[in-house]
Amino acid sequence: METIAGILSGVPLFDGLDESRLELIAGCGSNCGFDVDEYLFREGEPAATFFLIRRGDVALELFAPPRGAVTIETLQAGEVVGWSWLFAPYTWHFDARAVSPVRAVAFDGGCLRGKCGDDPALGYDLMSRFAQVMIERLQMTRLRLLDVYGNGG
Amino acid sequence: MATAAELSPMTPAPFRVVSRRRETSDTFTFELEPAGGAAVRPRPGQFTMLYVLGVGEVPISFSGVTDGPLVHTVRAVGAVTEAICALEPGGVLGVRGPFGNCWPIEEAAGGDVVVVAGGIGLAPLRPVLQHALANRSRYGDVVLDYGGRTPQDLLFREELAQLGRRTDLQVDVTVDTAAGDWRGRVGVVPKLVADARFDPAAATAFVCGPEIMMRFTVEALLERGVAPERIHLSMERNMQCGLGHCGHCQLGPTLICRDGPVYRYDELEPLLEVREL
Amino acid sequence: MIGPSALDDLVGGLSERGYRVVGPTVRDGAIVYDDLETAAELPVGVTEVQEAATYRLEQRDDDARFGFAVGPHSWKQFLLPARVRLWRAKRTGDGFDVTEEEPPDRPLALLGVRACELHAIEIQDRVLVGGRYVDHDYASRRDGMFIVAVNCFEPGGTCFCVSMDTGPRVREGFDLALTEILDGEHRFLVEVGSERGAELLAALERRPATAGDLACADAAVTGAAERMGRRLDVEDIRDLLVRTREHERWDDVASRCLTCGNCTQVCPTCFCTSVEDVSDLTGETAERVRLWDSCFSVEYSHIHGGSIRPGARSRYRQWLTHKFGTWIDQFGSSGCVGCGRCITWCPVGIDVTEELAALRESEG
Repeated sequence: METIAGILSGVPLFDGLDESRLELIAGCGSNCGFDVDEYLFREGEPAATFFLIRRGDVALELFAPPRGAVTIETLQAGEVVGWSWLFAPYTWHFDARAVSPVRAVAFDGGCLRGKCGDDPALGYDLMSRFAQVMIERLQMTRLRLLDVYGNGG
Repeated sequence: MATAAELSPMTPAPFRVVSRRRETSDTFTFELEPAGGAAVRPRPGQFTMLYVLGVGEVPISFSGVTDGPLVHTVRAVGAVTEAICALEPGGVLGVRGPFGNCWPIEEAAGGDVVVVAGGIGLAPLRPVLQHALANRSRYGDVVLDYGGRTPQDLLFREELAQLGRRTDLQVDVTVDTAAGDWRGRVGVVPKLVADARFDPAAATAFVCGPEIMMRFTVEALLERGVAPERIHLSMERNMQCGLGHCGHCQLGPTLICRDGPVYRYDELEPLLEVREL
Repeated sequence: MIGPSALDDLVGGLSERGYRVVGPTVRDGAIVYDDLETAAELPVGVTEVQEAATYRLEQRDDDARFGFAVGPHSWKQFLLPARVRLWRAKRTGDGFDVTEEEPPDRPLALLGVRACELHAIEIQDRVLVGGRYVDHDYASRRDGMFIVAVNCFEPGGTCFCVSMDTGPRVREGFDLALTEILDGEHRFLVEVGSERGAELLAALERRPATAGDLACADAAVTGAAERMGRRLDVEDIRDLLVRTREHERWDDVASRCLTCGNCTQVCPTCFCTSVEDVSDLTGETAERVRLWDSCFSVEYSHIHGGSIRPGARSRYRQWLTHKFGTWIDQFGSSGCVGCGRCITWCPVGIDVTEELAALRESEG
């Protein structure tokens, strides 16, 4: 059975990290799974854990009355769900729901923040990697803001 | 009496609506047959000028290969397209054409075919897919990446569902937003391209949609390693005649009605870089 | 050689042969093209004074019939009329019936076509009948058209046909070509360009040309070539316009250009048209009308969602780069014949030769 460090080494987010760092991070992680329609976390809950999807699809949702739950983005295998664990007040800003059976690695945010505190260089490296993800997601969100398929264009 | 061959290319031929299918709240697919005259058989990528008596004329891409009727998918966004979309079976339209050049599907033979569509852009690409599937052994991987505004705005939904069940075709669909009951992807089309399974070195891409969507899709294709001369886009400008006589559809040194609407990306790129060209 | 009085017989002869004769005449302070019944209607002893944003007529001190260059009209108003119905349609039980417009009842005879204008007609021929599709209306007016060309001896203040290699001497494409000689006896050298030209000439009072006549005619035209109002370096101009697409000069001209479209209206090669579909109140009959259009209007480049060229900068750039650059890619020749009308009739005096020179100079 593959170790968590082994799983991490094949994922774009951690691409290029050396073995010892991968082991460090893996130390904060554990395998988990979610059934269809099970929530990984909900808006307002403490952002204690974040997830790396190994298999399956996760929908990020916001509950917007009267529309109900609106899916703002879906994430697939190899992608990380959540970065609110990085910044105080460490609270989730949206819901995350499995839309197909999900296998994931759950990371203890507090554990990882502690290790970054001990090793600032690791902290900087991780922060850079997460920033890259945020930039990509922001760009895609901006594109959707343009509503290119709407009536104006 | 003038025969059809002597008629001016500005004179429409009457066609009748044989069937009308609602795709979304503002988009319909029509099957048309000539009211007495010759059939019109566009090739994939071409368009005809559709006319509603006394209202006006618009260029609409041909959207389906059949052995008989002429197929067009029309979105109601202005006076003429609204009038077209209001037609029921038996209703009458004028048709001129077909005009323009075609998607170079034959060039893709022996390699992978990547079809990337946004919104109504799926309509002009549907004949490409139909051709590839009808001649499946000529091609390697065949991919359809399609994006729309919401699940309700997706075209050809039944057909997409059927295509999705085929094992010889990859179909990936995404929408900009969705309600909670949508089980598919929410995100942008370029991301579908990044995740699609094909060999960039042997792939030909056919792209159609809003210009900005095409721009970012091309970026994603180039990032995957698809050669610029094997990426083909369909461009749009104001069109009044379709004959190369009215001047409106100019795009730099080309006329879209004559040298397009399908362009090779490496030839198009310098023109796309100039804003308001 | 013919004398001035033979021009009446020329006009009469064309009418008798069933042509609709059109040519220059004075109206509203300008020399325009209109129907002519006699040669007396020509602008006898009149000349034009032209500069950027300037046009006026002046009396000459002779009786020259063609002592001017070109006015605000061009022959395109007859070949590509500003407004023309293409067809009418009537709803029927299972569709509609279309009745195309009949061609004009008489072929045209153009009297006084300059060399630049002959080129302009040829340029429009390439666009409208030389491509994959033939414009039926244009072709029907062009068919059988009789051309009496005129060699210029009095160039206009904004002329640059020499730079565009379109004049002042006419080369081909005419039935008859006249060169007016005022040196000594007032007379015209007539060159024959076709059989029907020869046939018409045979009906006029004439005498053979002498060596002296030929020399005078040549001097008149050569003199015109030496007195061009403008010059333009066309070397590599197509690529120059590609290289300078984002030049700041476009902002400069945009600050002056009113996008009034006068230039496109007076230009003898501008061919853009739009189409209007109208019906009666019952919706049972409809017609399609073709109208002149101009790339200077905002609607010209409108597609669903907005106009591709919303501002003056991109619209002026489109016009100029098309005329001198991309026209070559699209139709195989320049779109400009150097007639200078756009300079004369621009209300703010924008001079295409100056704009192009500025772009060229900026490259160093």
